[in-house]
Amino acid sequence: MYNVDDIRADFPVFSKKQGKKPFVYLDTAASAQKPQCVIDKICEIYQTTYANVHRGLYDMAERVTSYYEEARIVIQNFIHAKSASEIVFTRNATESINLVASSWALNNLSLNDEVLISEAEHHANLVCWQIVAQKTGAKLKIFKINDDGTYNEEEFEKCLNPKVKLVAVTAMSNVLGTVFPVKEIIRAAHLVGAKVLIDACQSIVHQKADVQDLDCDFLAFSGHKLYGPTGIGVLYAKSDILNDMPPYQTGGDMVDKVTYQKTTYAPAPARFEAGTPAFVQAIGLAQAIKYVLSLGFDDIQAHESSLISYFNEQASLLKGFKIIGTAPDKGSVMAFDFCSIHPQDLAFVLSHEGVAIRIGHHCAEPLVNRMGYSSICRASFGLYTTKSDIDAFFSALQKAKHFF
Amino acid sequence: MESIETLIENFSFLESWEDKYQYLIDLGESLPSLDEKFKTETFRVSGCQSQVWLVPEIKDNKFYFKADSDAIIVRGIIFVLMSVYNAKDTSEIKNIEIEKIFAKLGLEEHLSPSRRNGMFSMTQKIRYYAEHYK
Repeated sequence: MYNVDDIRADFPVFSKKQGKKPFVYLDTAASAQKPQCVIDKICEIYQTTYANVHRGLYDMAERVTSYYEEARIVIQNFIHAKSASEIVFTRNATESINLVASSWALNNLSLNDEVLISEAEHHANLVCWQIVAQKTGAKLKIFKINDDGTYNEEEFEKCLNPKVKLVAVTAMSNVLGTVFPVKEIIRAAHLVGAKVLIDACQSIVHQKADVQDLDCDFLAFSGHKLYGPTGIGVLYAKSDILNDMPPYQTGGDMVDKVTYQKTTYAPAPARFEAGTPAFVQAIGLAQAIKYVLSLGFDDIQAHESSLISYFNEQASLLKGFKIIGTAPDKGSVMAFDFCSIHPQDLAFVLSHEGVAIRIGHHCAEPLVNRMGYSSICRASFGLYTTKSDIDAFFSALQKAKHFF
Repeated sequence: MESIETLIENFSFLESWEDKYQYLIDLGESLPSLDEKFKTETFRVSGCQSQVWLVPEIKDNKFYFKADSDAIIVRGIIFVLMSVYNAKDTSEIKNIEIEKIFAKLGLEEHLSPSRRNGMFSMTQKIRYYAEHYK
């Protein structure tokens, strides 16, 4: 396991003092802080190798284009895709899922078909399927999870039938931390002929993803949660599916031949990257992935597991503290209730103590309601979180208790 | 209900954020609860991280707002807003510079649109009612 103090030195945000308060960042599941090497890479591109990609024939344009395409290969290797042409750059995971909804689902679903998702999805993997259902007449079905936040295989199997054309499910809940057994879900879904989309927003940060081993049809994630820049996301799709999909947006760089009357489209992934892409961010994301891989998922997981154990231990000592979502081997997102204090009240006090947590419905309003709340608090950890962050969190809670 | 002048004076004695919060909580506890029948979608103020409801009532061309929240500090802030806006007419409400008042109270952080704690939405809604009353 690595020494977390060495790791923190890679993140400049932790070395600069944020006013008088300490900076206890327990909101990594919302967005991760950036290591210096990612910030440097972005600056380096803007300062030394900046020109538009896929257009210029001059040296700098060709160099930056090759960096952009190398970034695609880094991502291909990272998730073990067969080919780099299966990697589409998007703005974020939300856009990746919307791309599948607009391009694949609207053209492949019709009346009597079904889309199956879990109760644990966030809005990004829910709302677009509601719209697909409205537009195509397909039915959106939602399989139940258990009250403790764990996956319920029976409920999933009950909803699975040959009418299901798509299963869209998170690999790790952003509220409950539950890790879904996506490999089994994919295998079962394929047996009834359904395609499977994996929302890997949370899971990609904590565990190795292998799309060939999983055999998923689509996989979506964001760069900013993976210690990379904002404005960049990834959609993986199997190449035969991707090349059958019509364009999602139109414009430059996604075309084969254009006349005033008619246009033929470029093959994937260019077909889905209309206009100037966020290539600096894509290169930054590749750098972030290199950074994560240099630490290694084994060490990251060992570090995060020790934080979860420490958190659970401290939580059990504090009266009135209840963790929401208690699946074994859950990821490092800890939704909680503390003495029924309203999350907003709690966040006010924690914020004054320099402790950053997330409150609200976490872009998963139906899930939060399903767990019996209108709003909940969440503390989440990253590869740089320390035990003293957790100590600061619990002592801020002790302080909050005096107020309410 | 204390006048805003009294509140400003009381807040001026409080130096630490802890004392200010404790006072807001005390105010929140003394705020009358809103009748459950008003806690509906119609009266809900959107854009808040807690549930907030705002009900306008008009008597002799003056506004009397009733409001509530499920968060106690927000109830305290509602108390302050009520003492600013209640028993005022349309033009008086339009002329209130709420940011300046909150700055005097040392509570300006709560009115920032980026805080998304609903107080900004609430003042917008109060102004909306005032501007659309004929």
